[in-house]
Amino acid sequence: MRTDPLVLGVAFGYLALLFVIAAWGDRRAEQGRSVIGSPTVYTLSIAVYCTAWTFYGSVGRAAEYGPSFLMIYLGPTLAMLASPFVIRKMVRIARAQRITSIADFISARYGKSGSLGALVALIALIGITPYIALQLKAITLSHAVLMNYPEPPGLRLVEEGFWADKSFWVALVLAVFIILFGTRYLDASERHEGMVAAIAFESLVKLFAFLAVGIFTVFVMFNGPGDLFARAASHPELNDALSLEAVPGGGIGWVGTLVLAFLAFLTLPRQFQVLVVENVDERHIKRASWLFPLYLLVINLFVIPIALAGVLLGDPGGDPDSFVLTLPLSAGLDDLPLLVFIGGLSAATGMVIVETIALSTMVSNHLVMPLLLRSPHLHLGSRGNLSGWLLGIRRVAIVMILLLGYLYHALIGDSYSLVTIGLVSFAAATQFAPALLLGLYWRGATRLGATLGLLAGFAVWIYTLLLPGFAQSGWLDDTFLQHGPFGLAWLRPYALFGLEGWDIYSHSLLWSQLANAGTLIGVSLFTQQNRLEQTQAALFTGALHTSLVYTPLWQGQTTRGELEALLNRYLGAPATERILTGLAQQTSDDQAVPPEVIARAERALAGALGSASARVLINSVVRGEALDLEAVLSILDTTSQTLEYNRQLEQKSRELAKVGEELRSANERLRELDRLKDEFVAMVSHELRTPLTSIRAFAEILRDNHDLPDDKRRHFLDVVVLESQRLSRLIEEILDLARLESGRLTLHPQRLDLAALVRQSVDAVHRVQEERGVMLEVAIDTDEAPVIGDPDRLEQVIINLLDNAGKFAADENPHVLLRLERHKQHYRLSVEDNGHGIGEDERERVFEKFHQIQQYGAGSGQVRGRPRGSGLGLPISRGIVAHLGGRLWVENASTLGGACLVMELPMAPAGIEVQEAVKKNKAPPER
Amino acid sequence: MPRVLVVDDEPNIVLSLEFLMQQAGFDVVTAGDGEQALARVAEQAPDLILLDISLPGISGFDVLEQLRADPVHARLPIIMLTAHGREVEREKGMALGADDYVTKPFSTQALVDKVQALLDEAR
Amino acid sequence: MKTPRFGERLVALIVLAALLFSPPLILPFDRTANGGLSWLPLYLFLAWGIVIALAAWLMEHGYDDQGGA
Repeated sequence: MRTDPLVLGVAFGYLALLFVIAAWGDRRAEQGRSVIGSPTVYTLSIAVYCTAWTFYGSVGRAAEYGPSFLMIYLGPTLAMLASPFVIRKMVRIARAQRITSIADFISARYGKSGSLGALVALIALIGITPYIALQLKAITLSHAVLMNYPEPPGLRLVEEGFWADKSFWVALVLAVFIILFGTRYLDASERHEGMVAAIAFESLVKLFAFLAVGIFTVFVMFNGPGDLFARAASHPELNDALSLEAVPGGGIGWVGTLVLAFLAFLTLPRQFQVLVVENVDERHIKRASWLFPLYLLVINLFVIPIALAGVLLGDPGGDPDSFVLTLPLSAGLDDLPLLVFIGGLSAATGMVIVETIALSTMVSNHLVMPLLLRSPHLHLGSRGNLSGWLLGIRRVAIVMILLLGYLYHALIGDSYSLVTIGLVSFAAATQFAPALLLGLYWRGATRLGATLGLLAGFAVWIYTLLLPGFAQSGWLDDTFLQHGPFGLAWLRPYALFGLEGWDIYSHSLLWSQLANAGTLIGVSLFTQQNRLEQTQAALFTGALHTSLVYTPLWQGQTTRGELEALLNRYLGAPATERILTGLAQQTSDDQAVPPEVIARAERALAGALGSASARVLINSVVRGEALDLEAVLSILDTTSQTLEYNRQLEQKSRELAKVGEELRSANERLRELDRLKDEFVAMVSHELRTPLTSIRAFAEILRDNHDLPDDKRRHFLDVVVLESQRLSRLIEEILDLARLESGRLTLHPQRLDLAALVRQSVDAVHRVQEERGVMLEVAIDTDEAPVIGDPDRLEQVIINLLDNAGKFAADENPHVLLRLERHKQHYRLSVEDNGHGIGEDERERVFEKFHQIQQYGAGSGQVRGRPRGSGLGLPISRGIVAHLGGRLWVENASTLGGACLVMELPMAPAGIEVQEAVKKNKAPPER
Repeated sequence: MPRVLVVDDEPNIVLSLEFLMQQAGFDVVTAGDGEQALARVAEQAPDLILLDISLPGISGFDVLEQLRADPVHARLPIIMLTAHGREVEREKGMALGADDYVTKPFSTQALVDKVQALLDEAR
Repeated sequence: MKTPRFGERLVALIVLAALLFSPPLILPFDRTANGGLSWLPLYLFLAWGIVIALAAWLMEHGYDDQGGA
């Protein structure tokens, strides 16, 4: 059943199908009914990330190194999450500047530098060609497995010669495909719609094939995942297979691979091609940013089950990289292995197609063209049409790259396992990351810095990955691996500077990125950008923020004739006509060309040749300072100045609004204070008028009635005296209150014994209370109560409390209890009465000025001749206590059941200066 | 003999007013708060009331309002006494139907004259 | 206009994903089940799925095409 003609027929039939799809896509594009204008197709084209390395190698890696293979896909997941920031910016720049490749992008960022573009192209060529070889090897290997099973595949390449190797012919077919669909137009920044459609289709095929083999393995060969995992769990060899221990380098290797994949996803030439150059609509990015990670998740779903199944079913000689094929083969199937082979073929060819287009563009635009432009024979002197030449160069480059890949595969492909080549290539691509990413966000990165950084990083990559790989393949003496070159142990490539215990990729990533980014930053800080660099740096870093339109102002002069000749030579007549439309037909060849046409011409040339070469060409026909850099920079600066100015204005107006708000609330507070002051004045006047009324009335009575009986006269005089005393006491209290509130109350704090002071105060009021019939009980539970206080003021407070309690005690058997006790670091003095008590809601209000506790019951005011309070005693007492660092509050009387006022003062610290203690305890004056 | 009801919560003020009214030849009844005042009006049917505004419990204004609401006492002469010197209070008292308004401290002679005049008018 | 907090939310999601995918957050899940296999892959797939679901929600609801980030 698995005959060679059948397999070959299916394989080449599949390739033919790709041709059909690509041709269909191109024709639809010409008709203006694009098939790739959807975020889903964009996502599928990004899935070119999943190569044969994913298709066959993931299972192998999972079998050997556990879950670390997932890092290769979690890295891109992170990168795609960040795509609305990073990739959108790159797409916008690429569109404005007609960028054709990552080499062009980096070269354009650093002042359209030709040498930098060439360097990037060279590194890509060296680093990525092995990766292409890897894909071809996968095709050969999978074909061999398919044909020879159950015999070991045995690569008989060397014996049989290349004409027997199927992958050689596949490579040839691919070369034709790429030439047909990748170089239809000269303008490399034009989209290759047919090719993208074919790539998207391939992504569907490989996903379908992999899912098919996965489902077959789990649900047909085993009874579902439960069965498979249960059997794997009982297999002692597999105990650690899925844990972090299986990962090379442990946690560091884990993170290292994650970072490596993250960076490589953004910098691999084929990813740049599909993500940026082939992007038709930047709005597609947002859908792709989650749909592509979903694709990755789905295609990886069955990797572990297949790896476990492969190990379980024990194919001792079997290569884990081939489990995907050998599992269905071992089940005796014929169709499924063929499907798997096609899936692997699609993964491999997709990668080869895109990578080759990207590389050939770079090679022709950045390596070959600049050389040709320098050659006097080809340049302006000759009159031939060069547009055909350009396409020819690119086509030759395609064939050369594929041939190079094939040679690599045929000659040295056996030395590495699939995965190894993949990660080595990844590490090479990440060398572009510092120049690319720093260049996107840091305006100060200079051309020299980027160039030296790239060189440094690339050199470290060669030393820590490439050379050791060669050594392990036996082409180099491997003693320098073990002992370092010249016996210098600290230079061992896998343990540079003594950094041991890391896996080789994380190790290389760390040192190469350090060297690369470090050099880039360090050199940039000490070099100057020329003006073109400054402009480009500003345009790149500001691409998202300032919606800049790329409109370089040309100052130089050229004639229509000269420009037309140039464009004709490199782009052909039709393109030239499109660019020069807008110029009046009758314009003579000697007339000057308007600046925007020169700009359009440069962009068109950049799309075909890369920005660096385009610039060289334009400069060759334009006389005078070609580009008014000053003007561009001033546009940029004006824009950013305006933005800055707007931002400042906005901030100012916000501040103003805030100040206004503050003023309003301050005004309200003032009004409230004013109202309180009015109220206070009214209350004071009321309180003063009351005793004054009695005094005046009795004074007038005494004046007008000379014949009053003596006892009556004395009684009236007593009232006058009492009310006068009340008046002066009231005035005293008002003054106290005013001083308290203004903070001018002078206290004379000293260390004193509160117990003694209490006894003294009780003695003072004892007689008065007795006269009123109040039973005064005193309980002092402490020998001495040292506090800091003003004795006169404190006595005033205590007397006030006792006085109040006496007033509010019950009418029948009035009873007051004073208690002094220690409470933690304080002394508490409480005064209880057996009256009605004070309701919860009144407890704070009694400390308000002029608040008088209502006494209910008929004529209670006159009973026992108790005078009414002014309503100032408690506020003043609280103010004094607060000044001394204490508190005064109301609670329920625990013993007598009425009200209880509690004063708490801090215990005097032994031996501390009195003045300091008071300063510390001094509370701000209450309002 | 006309009967005057003196209402104030300050005992000494009540004492002075009681003396003044007795000396002017009136029968005097006293009350220390609003409730008492209303009770005295009902029991003793005074011919004139000297009514303090700030009383504990029911205020002087409330007493005035309640009395005026009762047709029997609608024309009973009432003089308001207050320690608040504010015009608003005077206007409020007059609007509620007080016959006169005296600010503390007051001239004893003027007060007696006012009481006399109001009683004459009512007769 | 884009939702004003799209950028902040996306940054938070990226940080969350980076944390979920790396040590030390993966270490607690690197335990063997009773049979002997580690839970780590299951955890990774679950975390991955959650991150994708959050991203899908954020991109499709919190982001409008006209604005800049």
